[in-house]
Amino acid sequence: MDVLYFAWVRERIGLPKERVETSAETVRDLVAELVAREERYEAAFADLSALRVAVDQELSDFDAPLGDAREVAFFPPMTGG
Amino acid sequence: MVQVQEAAFDLGAELDSFGTGLADMGAIVSFTGVVRDVDGGLEAMEIEHYPGMTAKALEAIAADAMGRWSLGGVKIIHRFGRLVPGDQIMMVATAARHRKDAFEAAEFLMDYLKSRAPFWKKEHLKDGAQWVAARGEDEDALRRW
Repeated sequence: MDVLYFAWVRERIGLPKERVETSAETVRDLVAELVAREERYEAAFADLSALRVAVDQELSDFDAPLGDAREVAFFPPMTGG
Repeated sequence: MVQVQEAAFDLGAELDSFGTGLADMGAIVSFTGVVRDVDGGLEAMEIEHYPGMTAKALEAIAADAMGRWSLGGVKIIHRFGRLVPGDQIMMVATAARHRKDAFEAAEFLMDYLKSRAPFWKKEHLKDGAQWVAARGEDEDALRRW
């Protein structure tokens, strides 16, 4: 699946988008896999309460099942308007 | 109904075209967000967004407003990219037969745009840059609807 990062999450991880091969069942499982990779992921995902997630471009939550999701995006709380 | 763009928009022209064909609507309300300087120290406001999701999220918010109030139309324009103080960031407009629906729907749109549309603002100040943090009161504002 494609994993996207925005705002300071993108800056901490150092890239806007990457292709990830995973069998994670939930968003939280996917985060655990990413955090286990490298320190920069650990830094970005240190406080999940400061993050929001979208699955296939719809706002979701960390316990959501990934199913056949094609795109998961992580970002800080939005500041539109 | 929804436009996401880097370019500036002409508020007067947008409102004129929004009102065209809405002769049975007695009230048109609009709100425009403008980049505000911070004690003379803001050089630019960078607005990032999630291209695949932004238009869909705005359309869903607009459709929600159409379902809650009796409206003749809704318009949302939101910019992204690098803006400077005084630039218009976004606008919403609502048309209704009576002003109460138009005002309330415009406030609803603004509250949802703040916290549920995938935009992020970064302030470039004279002495460095920082991401604008979401405020708890913005989240609280959603609960009244």
